[in-house]
Amino acid sequence: MLPSSNKKHQDFKLRIIIAGLLVVIFIGILIGRLFYLEVVQIEHFTTLSKNNWLKIVPIPPPRGLIFDRHGVPLAENKIAYSLEIQPEQAENPQQERSTRTERAENLDRLLKRLQTLLNLSDKEIARFKKARARSQRFKPVILKTQLTEDEIAIISVRSYELIGAKVTPILMREYPMGTVGAHAIGYVGRINEDELQNFDETQEAQYEGTQFIGKTGIEKYYESQLHGKVGYQEIETNVSGKTMRTVKQIEPIAGDNLYLNLDIVLQKKAEELFDQELTEEEKQLGIEAKPEKGALVAIDPTTGGVLALVSSPGYDPNLFVKGIDTETYQELNDEKERPLYNRAITGLYPPGSTIKPLVGLAGLEHDVRTIHDKTYCPGWYTLGENPHKYRDWKHEGHGSMTLHDAIEESCDVYFYDLANDLGIDYLSTYLKRFTLGERTGIDMTGEVGGLVPTKEWKRKRHKVPWYPGETLIAGIGQGYMLVTPLQLATSTATLSMKGEIHLPRMVFMQESKVDNLTKTISSQAKTRVDVKYPEYWDYIISAMEAVIIGGNGTANKLSDGLKYRLAGKTGTAQVVQIKQNQRYDITTLEKEFQDHALFVAFAPVDDPKIAIAVVVENGGSGGRTAAPYAKELIDFYLEDRLDYVYEEIK
Amino acid sequence: MQINQHFFQRLHLDIPLLVGLMLLCGLGLVILYSAGGKESDIVIRQATRMLLGFIILFALAQLNVNQLLYITPWLYGIGVLLLIGVILFGKKAMGAQRWLDLGFVRFQPSEIMKIVEPLMVAWYLSQHPLPPSYGRLGVAMLLILVPFFLIAKQPDLGTALLVAASGTFVVLLSGLNWKLLTGIGSVGLGGLIALWTVPPDKIQAVLSHILHGYQLKRVMIFLNPESEPLKAGYHIIQSKIAIGSGGIYGKGWLNGTQSHLEFLPERTTDFIFAVFSEEFGLLGSLVLLTLYLFVISRSLYLAVYAHSAFEQMVAGALGLTFFVYVFVNIGMVTGALPVVGVPLPLISYGGTAVVTLFAGFGILMALHAHRKYLFS
Repeated sequence: MLPSSNKKHQDFKLRIIIAGLLVVIFIGILIGRLFYLEVVQIEHFTTLSKNNWLKIVPIPPPRGLIFDRHGVPLAENKIAYSLEIQPEQAENPQQERSTRTERAENLDRLLKRLQTLLNLSDKEIARFKKARARSQRFKPVILKTQLTEDEIAIISVRSYELIGAKVTPILMREYPMGTVGAHAIGYVGRINEDELQNFDETQEAQYEGTQFIGKTGIEKYYESQLHGKVGYQEIETNVSGKTMRTVKQIEPIAGDNLYLNLDIVLQKKAEELFDQELTEEEKQLGIEAKPEKGALVAIDPTTGGVLALVSSPGYDPNLFVKGIDTETYQELNDEKERPLYNRAITGLYPPGSTIKPLVGLAGLEHDVRTIHDKTYCPGWYTLGENPHKYRDWKHEGHGSMTLHDAIEESCDVYFYDLANDLGIDYLSTYLKRFTLGERTGIDMTGEVGGLVPTKEWKRKRHKVPWYPGETLIAGIGQGYMLVTPLQLATSTATLSMKGEIHLPRMVFMQESKVDNLTKTISSQAKTRVDVKYPEYWDYIISAMEAVIIGGNGTANKLSDGLKYRLAGKTGTAQVVQIKQNQRYDITTLEKEFQDHALFVAFAPVDDPKIAIAVVVENGGSGGRTAAPYAKELIDFYLEDRLDYVYEEIK
Repeated sequence: MQINQHFFQRLHLDIPLLVGLMLLCGLGLVILYSAGGKESDIVIRQATRMLLGFIILFALAQLNVNQLLYITPWLYGIGVLLLIGVILFGKKAMGAQRWLDLGFVRFQPSEIMKIVEPLMVAWYLSQHPLPPSYGRLGVAMLLILVPFFLIAKQPDLGTALLVAASGTFVVLLSGLNWKLLTGIGSVGLGGLIALWTVPPDKIQAVLSHILHGYQLKRVMIFLNPESEPLKAGYHIIQSKIAIGSGGIYGKGWLNGTQSHLEFLPERTTDFIFAVFSEEFGLLGSLVLLTLYLFVISRSLYLAVYAHSAFEQMVAGALGLTFFVYVFVNIGMVTGALPVVGVPLPLISYGGTAVVTLFAGFGILMALHAHRKYLFS
């Protein structure tokens, strides 16, 4: 070998020798560790292993409660008893050596016995086996929930022969108000496979003893706050699995309580508005009363607090906690009614004429109209040379109109012309500033954005240019434009506050158990909408007041016995296209093809306390159907509400 | 005897190493029968895999160095591509994406990297005179880090660290500057000693300057699993009870109560050492550790007498990586190291690991036999 190569070889040899020494040292460390465990600590571990076994049992935290703004409980925890099986114990009741087959037989025997005793279905047994297969070792698996007192007694007296079966109390969610506020509160249900898969390690540990998780509404959005922190017990058990003593106990920490902006009495009243009364004739025919489909959102404009959030028809959230039978579930998924669908935040509707006040404001702001400018309305409008007639809802026309008149009477021609002068891009940008066609960021899951179209959007989405005619119908809230009832209520609240934006919030206070602190949650501030002259606000609002009190106001029936100043705007959204030479005739149209009725309003005008948006699906005209809902609710909120509460207290 | 030795030399087999491996496999099957609940099919399945592993060992032992040098970069390239494939199309099992399904066979490409990584780094460094320049060291680091991140992303931090370790050993053996070597060594040792001596809350206080809430929590659970008794901590608590109650002589084969009453999780795979130690006690464990030490020393001995730098580095790195498996697994099971999913070599139940280990020893023997061939 060459000297240099030899030197290198020596170097390598030295490295290997050092590595070898390190290996010996580290193996020595392992031996030291084993010596410590098996010689020094032997007594400690032998005690743990021989007579007593250490088990760790999670203690699920009580879920945070949900209250309305006055402290009325909306979601509570009630104790229910369930039957749990400790599979390892059931498989080997005598704690002796057994083969796999013997163990399986033992478990099957116990299940059979319980099946006859409690009259369990095969399906329930199958469900248990499935749950067992994916549960951790030594974790009890639930066989049956909500045991009756009889069932508890049956199991208790036979506990000596039912080794491995145990009755345990658990907290079940209960919604005392039933269907009222269901869409806002949401519900919890059993944790499913998907949710389990999506847990990270920390969550897995946190949900170790938990069976329920928020599925929709507040219950889902605030899941991490409501859930709390898991506790656990380290217990020593003897050979037969009986607890000898608790070594250590860490108490769980209950989830935070939430106080909603919701006023549950108002909510109930709002839901009742959608109920339909049957005529005597219908009752005799045995027709079931179905509520109108639609949505209603009421907001406190000064804070953004959501006072009521209705999606009709509703459902009973308690069904999802207790477990739901197939028939009821199918009913809840009915294609036409869709009671589980939250129309208030996921329902998309053309806003119709309810956006006219905002379009008018855009006209003033963009200097294409003054408050004195007049447009003549012959009952139709044409664009340039094109003979196509864009018709007004009033066949014979409104005559000469100022912006004020046009809002009061809801003249379409005025707004066709105005929209044409504004152009779609300016119009859309302006409407978006009022949170139309965009998510409001409300603290609920599933909110959708909707659509306020622009030229660029159409080019991208439909690969065709924007047609001028589409600008016209956008000016009366038709065409591509789609918004949620929540967005309509929010934009109305902003208008009532003369540009001050308070984005909608469900929860106003969070009460933490850890430090006993309450945290007020306020709506995040968004830039306000400013106008060149503040008088524009007053002008538009006075036009909206004229909708109610003006001689030609489209909702002037509401002025009867009105005790406060109310401003509003009707809207009617087309569901089917009416042909050029036909007229919309409500009497000949099937209910499902009738127009959606819309109404937005706020009151009192000089000191707004409530802003509201109502959509009644296929309700016909906004002034006739939706407006009375809003009036009745605002009456209740501003005048009768106090009496109502006092009555309840008595 | 003389004839016999010649005979095995012809077959390119190193008898002492082979005997050591066979004894380990035998012990593995014995304890697997007990840990697996006295079911013989699990033992038969594992024995079949060992046989397959031996065939692969035998086949690889027939390669000569030039053939090895030729295929190494190809294997590395294919390995990296497969790892990317796992991330893109991998099968999910137990929350991590490690498996690649090729229709006829499912396997973990990260296992292949355990062998290919040291080969590749040694191949690269041996292209030029040693000790390597800093530039070449940089490239070697890159060769180590790419598979490391791909495997860590699956996520399989344990395997990623082992693969990186196997490549790093090559670098350390390649003639890396002694000063640098002592530096790296003391940092590693310091870390280990800190882990064993500094109380967890102190570590947490220091780390909280670097990491944010959620990351910090994960690292702390990793370092101190007993703080999360419902998850990782449960394994460690149970495994310590099993080992500790074994005592000096153990409870006897098939008599371990902790493992048989199913208190001990993963008792046929990652935590099989707890069963072994419960039933055979400290003495049994000493026998097992001696066997391991023998296999490791024999590998290092073969490394010293290998012919070229490439062979030396590969053989040394393979031997040391084998040691790391043993140390990390037993350290974890006895609660001295954080929980990393590393099986106990040749003892834990599991197919890919056995085959990979045998393949590694096959290469070791190929390098060794090649030398004898030249000089005899």
